[in-house]
Amino acid sequence: MWAIVTMGIYLSYRVLDVADLSVEGSIVTGAAVAAVLLVDGANPYLALAAATLAGAVAGLVTGILHTKLKIPALLAGILTMIALYSVNIRIMGGTSNVSLLRTDTLLTPLLDAGMSKNNAAILAGGVAVIAVIAVICWFLQTEFGCALRATGNNPFMSKAQGINIDTARIAGLALSNALVGLAGGLLVQYQGFADVQMGVGAIVIGLASLIIGEVIFGRSSLLRSMIAVALGAIVYRVIIAMVLEAGMAATDLKLFTAVTVAVALYLPTGRKQLAQLRRRIVAKRANAAGEGDA
Amino acid sequence: MLALSRVNKTFNAGTVNEQHALRDLSLLLEDGDFVVVVGGNGSGKSTLLNTIAGVYTPDSGQVVLDGRDVTWIAEHARARSIGRVFQDPMRGTATDMTIEENLALALRRGTRRTLAAGTKRSERATFREALARLDLGLEDRLTTKVGLLSGGQRQALTLLMATLVKPQILLLDEHTAALDPKTAKKVLDLSAALIEEDYLTTLMVTHNMSDAIRFGNRLVMMQEGRIVFEASGTVKSALTVGELVDKFISVGSEVLV
Ligand SMILES: Nc1ncnc2c1ncn2[C@@H]1O[C@H](COP(=O)(O)OP(=O)(O)OP(=O)(O)O)[C@@H](O)[C@H]1O
Ligand SMILES: [Mg+2]
Repeated sequence: MWAIVTMGIYLSYRVLDVADLSVEGSIVTGAAVAAVLLVDGANPYLALAAATLAGAVAGLVTGILHTKLKIPALLAGILTMIALYSVNIRIMGGTSNVSLLRTDTLLTPLLDAGMSKNNAAILAGGVAVIAVIAVICWFLQTEFGCALRATGNNPFMSKAQGINIDTARIAGLALSNALVGLAGGLLVQYQGFADVQMGVGAIVIGLASLIIGEVIFGRSSLLRSMIAVALGAIVYRVIIAMVLEAGMAATDLKLFTAVTVAVALYLPTGRKQLAQLRRRIVAKRANAAGEGDA
Repeated sequence: MLALSRVNKTFNAGTVNEQHALRDLSLLLEDGDFVVVVGGNGSGKSTLLNTIAGVYTPDSGQVVLDGRDVTWIAEHARARSIGRVFQDPMRGTATDMTIEENLALALRRGTRRTLAAGTKRSERATFREALARLDLGLEDRLTTKVGLLSGGQRQALTLLMATLVKPQILLLDEHTAALDPKTAKKVLDLSAALIEEDYLTTLMVTHNMSDAIRFGNRLVMMQEGRIVFEASGTVKSALTVGELVDKFISVGSEVLV
């Protein structure tokens, strides 16, 4: 499930070059919409579709705030995120959480077939992740997808080539949050409840997964980076499980994640600084040696 | 045909930083005109090109392109008719995308971007052929990321992207200024060849006086947002660098040869 959140963040952060914080809200929106529909007895797939759509609407709002109202992306995302907090509670009928008790979910048929809950979740999640990778990979190579990548890569050039970069950014943010909404809809079916707090830290967890994935698995092609990003989410989970096993308090996790992301973001800069430092030392030694000879 | 009539553009109006970058500027380009623009730093050359491209909207006056008043049309919406190469080689291409993808973006300039394939196999032959004209060996590197190319290669590619769909006007803003002399010459000769072959209407800004004399059928000199000197045809080709520099001095501009 988190792999899909990470792919949503990949779309905004990497493809569009926009740090979008609204995902913290839209994951809950997806979950809340799905939960409410499921409690009402809706078809689990329908609930997923609705969650995706709700996420897209959230992204649309951020996109419009950012492009049409010219609010900086970071702030636009925060505004949407804050607004969604209220909206999410409203969706859930004024409460801060909704539980799915004895309602049919995506996993019900798998469980009925005798699968364990974990295996069922892995199967459903795996299928969803592969489907998302396939769709996004296809999309990013269409004319519109290329326009989106160009916008994130070089807005000047994009405008000169006739791309409406506002439209591209709005569409990209909608798509990114649609994925996050979808992830919320899946998450709720697996864990059995939606909670207004469940999105807290999503952006940092997503970024951590994204960077870990890229560092370990590379980003030489589109497909490769998508798979890397998805695997990154899994590696991140494994790391978390390991540090918890090693005795870290669960409440320290967020600090740990934040530090990881900060270090990972610093890595490219750090490498350059280190190389420079080395050159300086070498130059100094050479100078000293030269003076010694004279 | 491009017609600017009495265009004014002031930056930071009403502040201490007020800059009247274009003053009542009128300019008419006939089809096939190749106009070289010279002028001191800050004389308004880039502002002129950016106003034509739609980066800036003039405070007053009109920009008419092939009979269509484009004064109020957004930059991306008029891009179909305008090809541009910037001074900065980083500006003209998407560096994380391949040569082929960049060309495909340019091929679709001014069309709606649909969910059809972003680059079609059938287009590759066209791209190869176009790249072969550059004579830089890029035709065999369609799937190389543009970020791996040198500045000169990128400018050449940008030039190709600007002319792949024939523009009604080509805008070159000091597009060889960031290149070493040899590469600059190559890109400039290439530009001239493309302009001649495709009969492109062109505005080219340069600080190089001998280039200004050698290329184009018309020359305009700008100073403080106005056109202060014009020459065309045989008068232009008879100009010498010395005369042009004298002209510069007589209009009170610092000299850059
Ligand atoms: N975006 C902007 N905001 C504020 N002032 C600007 C802007 N663009 C240009 N100017 C001002 O307008 C005037 C003309 O600038 P412009 O860039 O057109 O000059 P130029 O002739 O291209 O000079 P150069 O040879 O240095 O490229 C300058 O005084 C400049 O400071
Ligand atoms: Mg300039």
